[in-house]
Amino acid sequence: MQHGKYRFIVGFLALPLGLYALFVVWPFIQSIYYSFTDWTGLSPEFKMVGFDNYSRMLDDDIFWKSLQHSLLFALLLPVVTISLALFFAFMINVGGRKRRNGPVVTGVRGSSFYKIVYFFPQVLSIAIVALLFAFAYNPDSGAINTLLRGIGLGDVQPLWLGDPDLALWAVMAVLVWSTVGFFVVLFSAGMASIPAEMYEAALLDGANRVTTFFRVTLPLLWDTVQSGWVYMGILALGAESFAVVQIMTTGPGGPDYSTTVMVLYVYQKAFRDGQAAYATTIGVALLVVTLAFAAVVMRLGRRERLEY
Amino acid sequence: MKTTETPAPLPAESGAPITKTDIGPPPPVKEKKEGTVLNVFSHGVLVVWAFMVVLPLLWAVMTSFKDDRSIFSSPWSLPDSLHFDNWSRAWTQANMSDYFLNTVLVVGGSLIGTLVLGSMAAYVLARFEFPGNRFIYFLFIGGMSFPIMLALVPLFYVVNNMGLLNTIHGLILVYIAYSLPFTVFFLTAFFRTLPTSIAEAAFVDGASHSRTFFQIMLPMAKPGLISVGIFNFLGQWNQYMLPTVLNTDPDKRVLTQGLVQLAVSQGYKGDWSGLFAGLVMAMLPVLAAYIIFQRQVVQGLTAGALK
Repeated sequence: MQHGKYRFIVGFLALPLGLYALFVVWPFIQSIYYSFTDWTGLSPEFKMVGFDNYSRMLDDDIFWKSLQHSLLFALLLPVVTISLALFFAFMINVGGRKRRNGPVVTGVRGSSFYKIVYFFPQVLSIAIVALLFAFAYNPDSGAINTLLRGIGLGDVQPLWLGDPDLALWAVMAVLVWSTVGFFVVLFSAGMASIPAEMYEAALLDGANRVTTFFRVTLPLLWDTVQSGWVYMGILALGAESFAVVQIMTTGPGGPDYSTTVMVLYVYQKAFRDGQAAYATTIGVALLVVTLAFAAVVMRLGRRERLEY
Repeated sequence: MKTTETPAPLPAESGAPITKTDIGPPPPVKEKKEGTVLNVFSHGVLVVWAFMVVLPLLWAVMTSFKDDRSIFSSPWSLPDSLHFDNWSRAWTQANMSDYFLNTVLVVGGSLIGTLVLGSMAAYVLARFEFPGNRFIYFLFIGGMSFPIMLALVPLFYVVNNMGLLNTIHGLILVYIAYSLPFTVFFLTAFFRTLPTSIAEAAFVDGASHSRTFFQIMLPMAKPGLISVGIFNFLGQWNQYMLPTVLNTDPDKRVLTQGLVQLAVSQGYKGDWSGLFAGLVMAMLPVLAAYIIFQRQVVQGLTAGALK
């Protein structure tokens, strides 16, 4: 298979690699370089300014606010989402009643139905989901407050996205809503590959379902949980939080910057304020946060690998 | 991944699911008590969440058939009559048809490009030994985990300098570039699992490398191409951040962008019912694609997280 091999390899790799280098790798390298300049993005002229952008960033209150919110997105959101998803997945796969002549541990009836329905939000554009919930959160005529009035909670009429104390939570709830299903399916796949004998042994030893979950299921599923956590954290730091915050909350990132996140701040500095260099500086900070987050989760989650 | 899914039963309002996996009569009530309590509890919790997932979607569909006044006065009431005019108005006057066409063009072009270029790169990386193979592979894979936003600012100027800003083909090229990491990752793994003997036999018989690839390997890789194709279809159809930055010409907007713009400008002339019709229009193709290709979608999406 040697004849013309290298010509073939070059021919096949040139186009994909070229596109990827031009639109992904090259801008990525450039952005780190630009963070040391005073480039506005509007004119082609700029000069090196050393660490000026970085020291400016450290004095920027809004940057710190956005960092705080992004960290909340990366740490709290995956915990809530993954816990809920683990709970549902366990119910779906192990919560079933024992059937005659059936296996000891089974899923509930209709487990495939639940998996299909829970996954719905995952295939919708996060932009469309955000729009939908922006309507639902409308304080006067939105679906949620009307529902509250309908069930006799007329006194509880939060402003939701208009309330600086609530807006961030309201936005995060939307991301939970839209991602839980994905993890339910992911964890279900993992749980399905755990051998039934493991459960049988645990049940024979008198363990109830709660113990079974913490002693059998969770340890055996740990690798999946961990990579799911990293995956969700990266999403929550990046594209997903950009869409929900930009679309759902108005103004500069929610009332009084209460929902601003790092990605949104990068976008605003670059494309609204004409401060491209400063935007890339915040982008570098975002990269550092992302890598640190992944490293910490990997480190904390390190367990002895279980073979089965 | 276990593939026991039966075809999707329609989401009944009651949430009572029926599947074919249950055989025989219901088990006697005399089971262990824990099992019964747990079963009721599980179903309760699961039904509640299923309801919470379906309710906002049903609400959107319902609202798209109502007139503006009742959307605001009674968001939860059923429409007094089915206002199909919302849909036709959204389609023609609110430019949904243009956005739809733009999206179809962009996604169609990028999907084909992604699959062709992705499978070429993946094939070479999976089947040939050459210096730099590992490096190029990891260069592609690395793209899956870094924040796109960081590259977006210089990307804007790269695209601008090439004169590709606000063009459909520019957007296609960028979509392809950003879809390559996962596509190459997925297809490299796939090509490694295909038997080498057939390709070698073809080569011995005098077929060139590229002929072997297009006529033998690519048809054999069809299941993998379908999985990764659906994954990319959903991702590219739903893309919001890239077009928001690279595509500011109102005539070139894709669906997600167009809808957000409509909503931001308070709905065109305050036509909320039309806006909801547009929202539902944008949701339907992906929900349909998901229900039809459910197994491949799940495979494609979960493979990404389990890398």
